[in-house]
Amino acid sequence: MALIKEIDYGTPAPRVPDGVELATVTLTIDGQTVTVPEGTSIMRAAQMIGTTIPKLCATDNMAAFGSCRMCLIEIEGRGGTPASCTTPAANGIVVHTQTDKLKRLRNGVMELYISDHPLDCLTCAANGDCELQDTAGAVGLREVRYGYDGRNHVFAKTNGLANPDFIKKDDSNPYFTYDPSKCIVCNRCVRACDEVQGTFALTISGRGLDSRVSPGQNDPFLSSECVSCGACVQACPTATLTEKAVIDIGQPEHSAVTTCAYCGVGCTFKAEMRGEQLVRMVPWKDGKANHGHSCVKGRFAWGYATHRERITKPMIRATIHEPWREVSWEEAIRHTASEFKRIQEKYGKRSVGGITSSRCTNEESFLVQKLIRQGFGNNNVDTCARVCHSPTGYGLSQTYGTSAGTQDFDSVEDTDVILVIGANPPDAHPVFASRMKQRIREGAKLIVIDPRKTDLVRSAHIEADFHLPLRPSTNVAMLNALAHVVVTEGLVDEDFVRERCDWDEFQDWAEFVARPDHSPEAVAEYLGVSADDVRGAARLYATGGRAAIYYGLGVTEHSQGSTAVIAIANLAMATGNVGRKGVGVNPLRGQNNVQGACDMGSFPHELAGYRHISNDVVRKQFGDMWGVELDAEPGLRIPNMFDAAVDGVFKGMYVQGEDILQSDPDTVHVSAGLAALECLVVQDLFLNETATFAHVFLPGCSFLEKDGTFTNAERRIQLIRKVMAPKNGYGDWEVTQLLAREMGLDWNYEHPSQIMDEIAALTPTFANVSFAMLAEKGSVQWPCNDAAPEGTPTMHIDKFVRGKGRFMLTEYVPTDERVGPRFPLLLTTGRILSQYNVGAQTRRTANSTWHEKDVLEIHPQDAEDRGVRDGDLIKLKSRAGAIALHAKISEKVAPGVVYTTFHHPDTQANVITTDYSDWATNCPEYKVTAVQVTLANGPTEWQERYDIFARESRKVAVEPAE
Amino acid sequence: MGHSQFDDEEHITTTSDERLIYMANQIGKFFVARPLDQAVKGMAKHIADFWDPRMRAKIRAHVESGGEGLDPLACEAIASLQK
Ligand code: SF4
Ligand code: SF4
Ligand code: SF4
Ligand code: FES
Repeated sequence: MALIKEIDYGTPAPRVPDGVELATVTLTIDGQTVTVPEGTSIMRAAQMIGTTIPKLCATDNMAAFGSCRMCLIEIEGRGGTPASCTTPAANGIVVHTQTDKLKRLRNGVMELYISDHPLDCLTCAANGDCELQDTAGAVGLREVRYGYDGRNHVFAKTNGLANPDFIKKDDSNPYFTYDPSKCIVCNRCVRACDEVQGTFALTISGRGLDSRVSPGQNDPFLSSECVSCGACVQACPTATLTEKAVIDIGQPEHSAVTTCAYCGVGCTFKAEMRGEQLVRMVPWKDGKANHGHSCVKGRFAWGYATHRERITKPMIRATIHEPWREVSWEEAIRHTASEFKRIQEKYGKRSVGGITSSRCTNEESFLVQKLIRQGFGNNNVDTCARVCHSPTGYGLSQTYGTSAGTQDFDSVEDTDVILVIGANPPDAHPVFASRMKQRIREGAKLIVIDPRKTDLVRSAHIEADFHLPLRPSTNVAMLNALAHVVVTEGLVDEDFVRERCDWDEFQDWAEFVARPDHSPEAVAEYLGVSADDVRGAARLYATGGRAAIYYGLGVTEHSQGSTAVIAIANLAMATGNVGRKGVGVNPLRGQNNVQGACDMGSFPHELAGYRHISNDVVRKQFGDMWGVELDAEPGLRIPNMFDAAVDGVFKGMYVQGEDILQSDPDTVHVSAGLAALECLVVQDLFLNETATFAHVFLPGCSFLEKDGTFTNAERRIQLIRKVMAPKNGYGDWEVTQLLAREMGLDWNYEHPSQIMDEIAALTPTFANVSFAMLAEKGSVQWPCNDAAPEGTPTMHIDKFVRGKGRFMLTEYVPTDERVGPRFPLLLTTGRILSQYNVGAQTRRTANSTWHEKDVLEIHPQDAEDRGVRDGDLIKLKSRAGAIALHAKISEKVAPGVVYTTFHHPDTQANVITTDYSDWATNCPEYKVTAVQVTLANGPTEWQERYDIFARESRKVAVEPAE
Repeated sequence: MGHSQFDDEEHITTTSDERLIYMANQIGKFFVARPLDQAVKGMAKHIADFWDPRMRAKIRAHVESGGEGLDPLACEAIASLQK
C-alpha cells in the first residue's frame, strides 16, 4: 500500500447543469491535441494530458485566482504570457508551457518568493509535502540573489532589533498551527474557507508586502469564526497551516481510502499512516458525498481510538453491584451464551433480544439481527434508528414505497428552492451544509422552518428568504397550511399528479387540506408565524423552479413524526417535485450508518430490504438459507423492550455499539428497564452509560480496525478499510460470530465481504453489490441490481417504487406534552458541530475545546423573568425528571422556548425528556418537553445519585498477583 | 441497588398497560380522518404489523374486559384483530 496521491488539475471542471450538454473545444498543448469541455482552463486541459504547469495559487477545488504568476504560458499569435489557470481553452489555439522566456519569468517570481521564506526545509514539517519546494524544483531555481537583511517576515529579529513584520506562530487550534513566517500569501486558505467551507473566517489584511492572512480581526484561530474544518490546512501549499499530528509524527508513508464513522453525510477520507499510526485524515476528492471536503469531526477527531479509557479486554460480573472482572475471550463468550440459553429456558424464547448499531458496519448489523432471528429464534431486534428516523422509514414507504431519501447530495447543485425543516445542517451535517451554502450563494432560494434561528437563517453571505419560526410540535399544522396554499391557490402540478399518483387519493387529500381550518390564517396564532410568511413560503416552494425538501430530527422526533414525513411527501408530490435532479425529499440522517442499519433488517418487523416478517415467501427464503424456520411475529421495539423488562418478561439483551441509557428518552424509565435485566451484554469501545447496568462487557473496535461498509443518507454504500490491527483482538463482526458459534450456529465468515455476499443474495436492492465492485467504483447507491447496475442516484424517476404515489390525510393532533402553569416553557433538543451524538468519541478528543458541557439556551426575556443571568446554574425540570446545567442567554431561541444538546453524560438531558413517542413507530418525542427553569445551587438529587452509582459501577477488580 | 435506586420522586410513572392504551389511541387519531371501515382496517393492520404478540394479547384482553380508556375506533380495530 503506497501513499495515494491525487492529481490536482489546478482548476475545477466546468459545472454541467442537469439537461445541458457542454460544447467542446480542441486545442494543442506542447504539440499534443486535446479536446475538453468549453469553460475548461488551459491549466486543467494540460493536466488532463499529463502536463503539469507549475502553479502555487491554483488548486482544483476552488475558482482560479491568478495571483502567483507561476503558471504562465505562451499562446501562438497572442501576445504576452497569460496565466493558464485563468485563461480558458479555446478552439484551435496552440499553447506552449515551457519556453526560455517562461522559464526566466517563473524563475524570477520564484526567487522573490524564496527570498522571503525561511530555508529550514530539512526540519520543516511539510518537508516532502510542500508545493513551494516542488515548484522551486520544477522551475529549476538554483540561486537566490537577495538576502534576508531587508524587510522580511521570517525572523523575529533583524539586525538585532525586533522585526515589526514578524508574527509569531498561532497554535491556539488544538489540531493545526498557523506559522505566518512561512506564508506566501497565495490566498488558497482564504478561498478554501469562503468557497469550499462557506464560513468566511479568513481575510487577507494589508497590501503588498504587508499582506497577511488573518482569522477575523487578528483573533487567534480558536476564538475566531473558524469551525476547524481543516479545508484551509489542506489547501495550504506550504507549512504555514499544518496539522499538529504531522508536526509530531512526520509525513505519512501509506494510505487507504475509508469512510468517516461520524455522521450520515458519509465523507470518504484517505487515512494517511506511518506504520500502524494514523497521521492524518485527508478528505478524498473522489468521494461522491464530500468531494474532498470534511468537517472537524471526521478530519481531526479520531484520537478516541487510542484513548486511555478504551477497554480492550472482555469483562464479566454476576451483578451490577460488583466490580468488573477481566476474563479471556473464551470465558466471556462461553458465559454470555450460557446466560442467554439459561434465560430462554427459564423465561421463554422471546425473553431475549438485541440492538444493532448505526455506528457499526452493514455487515455487523446484519450479523446481529441474524443472531437474534436465527439463534435466539425471535424477532426482538431493533436499532437506534428507532429513536431518530424510524418515522422516515414509515412515512416514505407508505407514500412512495421505499424507506429512504430520493436524491443524492449532488442533486442540490440543480436545486432552485431549498426548503429546510427541522434540521440544522451546519451543525449536524456540516459538509452537506457547505454544499448547500455554495448553491445558495449561486442564487438558490432558501426557506427555513425551525423554532430556532439556526445558523442557516443568517450567516456569512447567506440569508433565508423565509424563516418560519414555528412553535415546537406544530410541524404538521405548518405543512398542512403550506399544502392549503398550494391547493387553494392553484399551484398543484396537475399533470404530474394525474400521471404519477393515485388521483382519487389526491382528491381526498386536496379536499382535506383545502378546508378553511388548515389555512395559514386559521393556524397563524398557534404556529406563531404570520400567515403572509406561510403563504409566501408556499408560493416560493411551489413556483420557484426545482424545489427540494431537506429535513432532520426536528421533523421525526415528535408524537406526529410519521405524519409530518407523510405531509412532506404529499407536498413534494403535489408540486411535482419528485423524480428528477434538484428536487425530492431528503432525510438528513444522523449517525453514519443509520440508513445501513435500517437496510440490514434491524427492525423487529422486517427483514433486510424492508420486507415484512409476515411475508411467507421472503421469510422462507431467509429461513432456508439459514437452515431454520423463522418466527413470523414482529418482535419488540426498543421502548417496548424496556416495558417488557419492567413487566418481568424480557431478561436478556445484546447491545452492540449503542448507548441507549444516554441516548434514549426518559432516563429514569430506561434505567428501571435495564436494572430489571438478568443479562445485559454491552459491546463498545468504552464503558458507556449503558454499561453501568451491564453484566458482560465485550470490547469493540473502531472503524480504523476493521473492514466493512457504511451506507450514508443518500443510500450510498462505501467501504471502510482496516488500517490497524484491532486493539481488542477482534472486529465487531468477529465477536458476534464467536457468540453465534457458541450458541450452536454454524457460522464461518472469514471476511466481511462474505457477509455482504449473503446480504446481496437475500436482498434484491443489493443484488449486485460486492466489496470488489465497491473497491472498483468507489461507491454505489442502492438499489443496485440488474435493473440498475450503476446504482440509483435519483429514485422514482418514471414511476414510484410502490407504483402510484399515495397521498395520505395528515390530521394535526396536538401533542399531549403541553405547557401549563407548572411547566410553562418548551424544551427542544439538538446537537452541535464539534460533538457527536452521546459524545462517547468526540468527548475523548480535543473537540471538547469547543463544547465542554451542555448548556441551556434561553431567551433574554424568559431569563429575566426568572432572575437567570448568563452562566448561572439552573434547574431544568419536566414531569419526567430534573437536571441542573448552566444557562446561556440567546436570541436564537424564541421566547417560551429553551434549547439544549445531549452530548454529555453528566448533564443527562434525557432525564428530562418524556416517554411520549411517534404514534406509528414509537420514535420518542425528543423535540418537545414542557419544562420549568429555576435557579439551582447544585446538581439535582438524581444527578448526584446517578454519578455515585456510575462511578461505583465502572470499577474493575484488581487482579490478585499470581 | 434495586429499582428503588432509580425511582425519582419527581418522575411521573406510567405503567406499561397505560402506555399500550395511550399508544393505541394515538394510532387511532391518525386513521380517524378516513371513512370508518377503512379506518378500522388501517388501524388493525398497523397493530398487527408493528406490535409484538404479547402487546397485542394484552390490549385485546383489555378490550375484552371493557376497554376502559380506549377510544371507540381503537376498540373496534383491536376487536377485529385475529387471534
Ligand atoms: S479550518 Fe475551516 S473554518 Fe477554519 S479557517 Fe480554515 S477553512 Fe475556515
Ligand atoms: S496560509 Fe498557506 S494557503 Fe494561506 S495564503 Fe499563506 S501560504 Fe497560502
Ligand atoms: S462527521 Fe459527517 S460531515 Fe464531518 S467528516 Fe464525518 S461524515 Fe463528513
Ligand atoms: S496558479 Fe495561475 S496564477 Fe497562480
